[in-house]
Amino acid sequence: MSTSEIPVTTGQAGTPAIATQLVRAAEEEKAKGRYLKGWSGSGLTILVVVIGLLWSVPTFGLFVASFRPPQLITTTGWWQGLIPPWNFTIQNYQNVIQAQGLGQAFINSLIIAIPGTIFPILLGAFAAYAFAWMKFPGRDWFFFGVVALLVVPSQIALGPVYTVFSAIGLTGTYLAVWIAHTAFGLPFAVFLLRNFFAALPKDLMESAHIDGASTWRTFWTIVLPLSVPALASLAIFQFMWVWNDLLVALIFLGGSPSVQPITLAVADQVGTYGQNFQILTAAAFLSMALPLIVFFSLQRYFVRGILAGSVKG
Amino acid sequence: MATIAKERTAVTAPPRRSREGITWSAWIWIAPAVILLLAFFIYPLIQTIFLSFQKTDLLGNPAGFVGWKNYQFVFTDSELLGALKNNVIWLILATILTVGLGLIVAVLVDRVKIEAVVKSMLFIPMAISFTAAAIIWGFVFAYDNHYGLLNAFLGLFNVPAQAWLQNDTFATFGLIAIYVWMWTGFCMVILSAALKGIPDEIIEAAKMDGAGRLTMFWRITIPMIAPTLGVVITTMIINVLKIFDVVYVNTDGHYGTNVVAMEFYQRYFLDNQPGVGSVLAILLTIAILPVMVINIRRMRAQERTR
Repeated sequence: MSTSEIPVTTGQAGTPAIATQLVRAAEEEKAKGRYLKGWSGSGLTILVVVIGLLWSVPTFGLFVASFRPPQLITTTGWWQGLIPPWNFTIQNYQNVIQAQGLGQAFINSLIIAIPGTIFPILLGAFAAYAFAWMKFPGRDWFFFGVVALLVVPSQIALGPVYTVFSAIGLTGTYLAVWIAHTAFGLPFAVFLLRNFFAALPKDLMESAHIDGASTWRTFWTIVLPLSVPALASLAIFQFMWVWNDLLVALIFLGGSPSVQPITLAVADQVGTYGQNFQILTAAAFLSMALPLIVFFSLQRYFVRGILAGSVKG
Repeated sequence: MATIAKERTAVTAPPRRSREGITWSAWIWIAPAVILLLAFFIYPLIQTIFLSFQKTDLLGNPAGFVGWKNYQFVFTDSELLGALKNNVIWLILATILTVGLGLIVAVLVDRVKIEAVVKSMLFIPMAISFTAAAIIWGFVFAYDNHYGLLNAFLGLFNVPAQAWLQNDTFATFGLIAIYVWMWTGFCMVILSAALKGIPDEIIEAAKMDGAGRLTMFWRITIPMIAPTLGVVITTMIINVLKIFDVVYVNTDGHYGTNVVAMEFYQRYFLDNQPGVGSVLAILLTIAILPVMVINIRRMRAQERTR
């Protein structure tokens, strides 16, 4: 391996930080297979591909099944459907969208998930900014308190909060679910964003202060724009969590079909239809579609955001 | 070049402003978060502790203190003991499998050409709801070997078909398999990011010293990513202790798959036994406490070196 040939002058005083990073990136490009040097490249590739395929088989099976005619889904395996002559149909999807009220559930899910993602990120960012860049008595205590709450099971809140919410007539409304998702998402949001904000360059913050920018202005024009990777990764987490949530919706929205999200609607059908796979397959795939789109479109921020926040420290 | 860089820092370095300046408005910035957290975590925590020491009438309203009676009930009721036992199985198996597999795959996949593709394949289940996952795995675990993939596959070797999720012996393990499928990708992605943070100089030095693959893994890789490994293990322990959805949608706690959070939901909301339900919630919190203490220590240590 020739990686050690590259001059290791990166740590020397005065070298601009960007040059250091460029050299390091170049080094990393060349250091292929460094953890498992000696394994044949193709053998490793095959092993990794096999693992990946193994992980994809269940989802792929559902995907194929959802396009098969109802009478075939439970009489033959989906893998048999792959053998020509093919007999695929979009009838299942048509049935689900028209007849089963899942269209409404899909919209309900959006109504729940979008504020349920934005609110906790915004409130979390406010708090994280204060924790990272302001000095006030009890700051560390409050911050460690918030982090400690990460590990309190949310189930503990459901009972008492449910009592309060039903006393003031909030149960069964979207507002109840928004508030609940915001509260449950906050500890992680504050934790992740505080670490990211604290790593922003100090000079930048101080010169903004000297230029007379208010904390409010600094927050919106400097802190938030510089934190897009962290905000994006947090948005993915929170969106997936809210979209896929079952328990909070079950308790605070109840079973009413007019407001229930898609997870509840699909869960209901698992119970009601049991083996009625032609509806379930298409419904399940529809419920997965949006989180997958969000995931793939924000994927590149995802790992970077986590890295910058917690791993790098 | 060095001097220029140094001069520039000297010129732009701002005059030190008072370190003692306290920003009182900070309270306004944290107020919304703190109020919500008080309402959703602190108040319920206190409330739950109170409830756990009370008996309840038939309507589920608190009806006087009964001391440790609810706690005694939890530790003697066979149903609840079964749930506790299952939580222990979950805690051990699910944590080890997700973190272990995630680590192995992260190491294997590092620097392979199709790394991004394989990572996506493993991470996709993370974006899938537990409900959808239940349907997906229905096609794997189904008893009918016409469409149950596992039985059809085992049938090739003349293994008799099993109703995997309707069977007291296999059901819990089947559910754990579903969970591992969903969360290994999460562990892998984060651990993989940490692996990429190991400086090349260290790897090179170890190679020059003639370290083998296993030595490298245990002496270099593991210690270097230890903080991240800690974060991942903690996250998984917390998730697994609270496990609910995967059980609720697949078996509803039947066939010997009951877990604590499931029982909590059942007792608190359906059976009008909030006292017993509260004890279960308190037990979950207490089980998580040691993990929390370790984490806060780790964070404090990190803060100091920042």
